[in-house]
Amino acid sequence: MAAKKALEVYLDMLSQPCRAVHIFLNHNKIPHTVKTVALRKGENRTAEFTKLNPMQKVPVMVDNGFVLTESDAILKYMATNYHVPEHWYPRQPERRAKVDEYTAWHHNYIRPHAAKVFIMEVLVPHMTRQPVEQPKLQRALEQLGDTLDKLEGMFLKRQPFLCGDDITLADLLAVCEIMQPLGGGRDILKGRPKLESWRSRVKSALRGSFDEAHQILYQLQDKSTSKL
Amino acid sequence: MPLEIYLDLLSQPCRSVYIFAKKNNIPFEFKKILLFKGEQYSEEFGKVNYFRKVPAIKDGDFTLSESIAILTYLAEKYGTPDHWYPADLQTRARVHEYLSWQHSGMRGIAGKILWLRLMIPKAFEIDVPKERMDSLLVDLEGSLTAFEEKFLQDKPFIAGQKISLADLVAIVEIMQPVGAGVNVFEVRPKLSAWKDRVRAEIGSALFDEAHQMIFNTEEVAKTLDPSMKEIIKLRIKKSFL
Repeated sequence: MAAKKALEVYLDMLSQPCRAVHIFLNHNKIPHTVKTVALRKGENRTAEFTKLNPMQKVPVMVDNGFVLTESDAILKYMATNYHVPEHWYPRQPERRAKVDEYTAWHHNYIRPHAAKVFIMEVLVPHMTRQPVEQPKLQRALEQLGDTLDKLEGMFLKRQPFLCGDDITLADLLAVCEIMQPLGGGRDILKGRPKLESWRSRVKSALRGSFDEAHQILYQLQDKSTSKL
Repeated sequence: MPLEIYLDLLSQPCRSVYIFAKKNNIPFEFKKILLFKGEQYSEEFGKVNYFRKVPAIKDGDFTLSESIAILTYLAEKYGTPDHWYPADLQTRARVHEYLSWQHSGMRGIAGKILWLRLMIPKAFEIDVPKERMDSLLVDLEGSLTAFEEKFLQDKPFIAGQKISLADLVAIVEIMQPVGAGVNVFEVRPKLSAWKDRVRAEIGSALFDEAHQMIFNTEEVAKTLDPSMKEIIKLRIKKSFL
């Protein structure tokens, strides 16, 4: 009888949603194998990877032949399939709806706006060998500022976590995006004490798995701050 | 207190919620919010949704925004037939996969066509550069191809044999460009066949009723309140162009 294969995940640790998946797996001690896909080396464009995911994106999860893309779908699948504490993705309809409300909103706000700052400050200058386009960066920072105001005003409010008293998938997805601009030496939560406290709480709740997942980003951060 | 659903049927996510609630006979009070009249700025609506966006619901004391969250909440709370939001983990994951991708992969692109082609030049009298429109149409082709090849493939519906929330969310976005005269179904027989299946499952009367507004954009444009016109014009310049 063929043994059940462990869960496989295809990740690039420089990718925010990949880190969220990695942290979830490690924090919850879900047995899995990580297959690294280095986007900067074009490993997502190989024939083999394209066969797995024609969209050529990470993360990808493979559970005994069942291939799944999109980090929200992956996290929600894992939260239900494995015996993880219920607070990650509550079963009660109103509480679950609040997590789903965040994960939907996240796509149009936190994810693109935080990523844009990192892309403009780190990726584009690296690839083009041109300096950062300041006016564009300023507009991106303003847009991100508005989004962070919304994150605080609509989701966090006076709660310890984005969807209530406990950490959920929402906090995990959000924190990984918020960390990204650190790769360019920029802490986007500077001067926002409420969100800074939230980030500390999330880091504490995730313990070792948070720092482990962010190693490559911290290295990038060190490189960029040493240039200044 | 009955469920209150705040909607403007010009908006695609409002249509998916409306169709879902009506199809499943979920009792609700239809609270019309006419975006072009600035009704989203009322004090009352601000208490329902902080972001002042539609769709939004109020179920007793519970308020919720984001159509995806509203649809899955209604499916669970009102015990709709399983195929809409399957309990089977892997089938549900397929639904989640589409609902996640579509934010930027479909809605972000198809949603702009009606605006750039029709509303912005006609109702707001702002010129849209041809290159912008052309590049958007190229993106739309990419989205529709990805939809057919990755999400639909050779299945009747996204999740498999039966219609689900994924198809509902997809159809309202894919129909939007049609309102601007961009007939996405003309050269795509697979897409067209899927659309016919979805429309049949929903019921043609409900489907057509829900989509009326996009075929009457000239009438809708006439309802534009002058002060809203200026507010929206500023936003257009900031985000669309």
